[in-house]
Amino acid sequence: MNAIDSYLTPDGRTIGAPVMEMKNITLRFGGVVAIKDISFDIREGEIRAIIGPNGAGKSSMLNVMNGFYHPQEGEVHFRGEKRGPMRPHQIAHQGIARTFQNIALFKGMSTLDNIMTGRLTHMKTGMLSQIKWWGAAQREETANRELVEKIIDFLEIQTIRKTPVGRLPYGLQKRVELGRALAAEPKLLLLDEPMAGMNVEEKEDMSRFILDVNDEFGTTIALIEHDMGVVMDIADRVVVMDYGKKIGDGTPEEVRTNQDVIDAYLGVAHD
Amino acid sequence: MIYREAGDFKTSYAKDQQTFPIAFDRWGYFITLAFAFLVVPFIINDYWINAVVLPFLIYAIAAIGLNILTGYCGQVSLGSGGFMAVGAYAAYKLMTGFPDLNIVFVIFLSGGVTALVGMLFGLPSLRIKGFYLAVATLAAQFFLVWLFNKVPWFYNYSASGQISAPERSIFGYAVTGANALPAVSYLFCLCFVVILAWAARNLTRGANGRKWMAIRDMDIAAEIIGVNPLKTKLTAFGVSSFYIGIAGAMLFAVYLGAAEVGEAFGISKSFLILFMVIIGGLGSIFGSFAGAAFMVLMPVLLKNVMVGQLGWPTDMAAHFEFVIVGGLIVLFLIVEPHGLAQLWRLAKEKLRLWPFPH
Repeated sequence: MNAIDSYLTPDGRTIGAPVMEMKNITLRFGGVVAIKDISFDIREGEIRAIIGPNGAGKSSMLNVMNGFYHPQEGEVHFRGEKRGPMRPHQIAHQGIARTFQNIALFKGMSTLDNIMTGRLTHMKTGMLSQIKWWGAAQREETANRELVEKIIDFLEIQTIRKTPVGRLPYGLQKRVELGRALAAEPKLLLLDEPMAGMNVEEKEDMSRFILDVNDEFGTTIALIEHDMGVVMDIADRVVVMDYGKKIGDGTPEEVRTNQDVIDAYLGVAHD
Repeated sequence: MIYREAGDFKTSYAKDQQTFPIAFDRWGYFITLAFAFLVVPFIINDYWINAVVLPFLIYAIAAIGLNILTGYCGQVSLGSGGFMAVGAYAAYKLMTGFPDLNIVFVIFLSGGVTALVGMLFGLPSLRIKGFYLAVATLAAQFFLVWLFNKVPWFYNYSASGQISAPERSIFGYAVTGANALPAVSYLFCLCFVVILAWAARNLTRGANGRKWMAIRDMDIAAEIIGVNPLKTKLTAFGVSSFYIGIAGAMLFAVYLGAAEVGEAFGISKSFLILFMVIIGGLGSIFGSFAGAAFMVLMPVLLKNVMVGQLGWPTDMAAHFEFVIVGGLIVLFLIVEPHGLAQLWRLAKEKLRLWPFPH
């Protein structure tokens, strides 16, 4: 672990104290060890990438982070506090939002409604004022709608505001899903392969959105990605996993020259 | 040309979020309301009220209730008949136990009792889904009917095992019992329908409705964005049963006057309401009305045509009615699986461009 409290990135942004710390996480499914004794931290304001070959345990790691899996050993600290046993919806209320590798949008609802669902953790009016509608419920709806419209503008999806998401092409669905996660104004945003299955242009767009989210809203981001070019360009620090173990951790330059990482990706000659 | 939305600009989010964003629809809605309240009570005769309008209004409430559960929250239920029975017996016990209690409160309280029972039977929904949940609610249906048959306390130990509604009135006008004027019963039901439909619309258009629909469309993703699945499903069961309980109470107290549980609230009632919701359109308040109208009007219409116009014997017409209504349901599901509400939406799309095809 680094002892320093903050550091400066090459482009001049300040990276603060750890938002999330994973301490000696071990996750088993029966006899299979998916994650083995992994520790790392995610610091405020940074873009942290998790990379590794297929089956390395990256998605399991993300699922541990947002409470979908409960590790058998180890501790998760979020914003300085140890996290007890919690359900995923409680963790969402703490300020962790995520997107999925396979899009998990609400297909029967419009783009606008999907992004509005991201605001649910912030909407507090009770059922009776919902029934009455005029007054508190309508004010709350309008206030949240304004914020959602800003996200819609930001992601450049104004024209599909009222389209059911089931009808949208893949790239746009990914963008709507990012919008839904952003609408929660998360303290930590987890992105599971945000660029999977995209062409070069879509990847460039998505990279731009991720960088802008980090830059404009100051959101801390942890992402899993396979495209090395993208990871090396946008990530501040990278964790490399292989067979459930951490084999590298550091800036993209450090990771790139790490012998273990090179071996994991390119293979090792056995004599 | 007939139906237009051009020039209908919204300048605030509140205006964009209203129930009828298009002025034409809004006026249509107000005119329908005014017609239903101010004109219909004076022109309608007893036959129409008893054969068509009252059952339509009461079943519309039940259909809205089931639509909240099945259409908005995605939880299949075959227990509607049983929950209607809970509403009816709660109303009966309240009316006989507290003779001074106003009938409006009786009906709302019956809804409340049914909501609690519905939430109880909704508990398994956290663990089981789809067909399995449908079977669990089917168990509720049979259990509740059995309960009201076997425990004499529920029908006040009457010899016939039937329950019958005593006379209750509002502002001096009898609403239940033999002396109730049809027009008064009609207005009484209409008030409930309007208020409950309005409440359902408000519940489904905001944060609450989005929680239900999120659970319906993908429950895992819903949980990860912060929706508590148990709480959300139970509120859906509660609200849905509240509506269905009110419908049951009104069916018994206002429409039937006397009821026997197996006959009035059997499994066929559950299916009838499920058909209304599916034919009307899942996830649409308007669809609930359309489905209720279809299922209530179609048999009456067929009977009038076959017996009145063609002069067929009554029993043959009754059998043919089953065949034709059944056939129509199948045809409907094939041609437009999203129901009458979707047909209405398509019709509006066409009307927008009429008389031009594109």
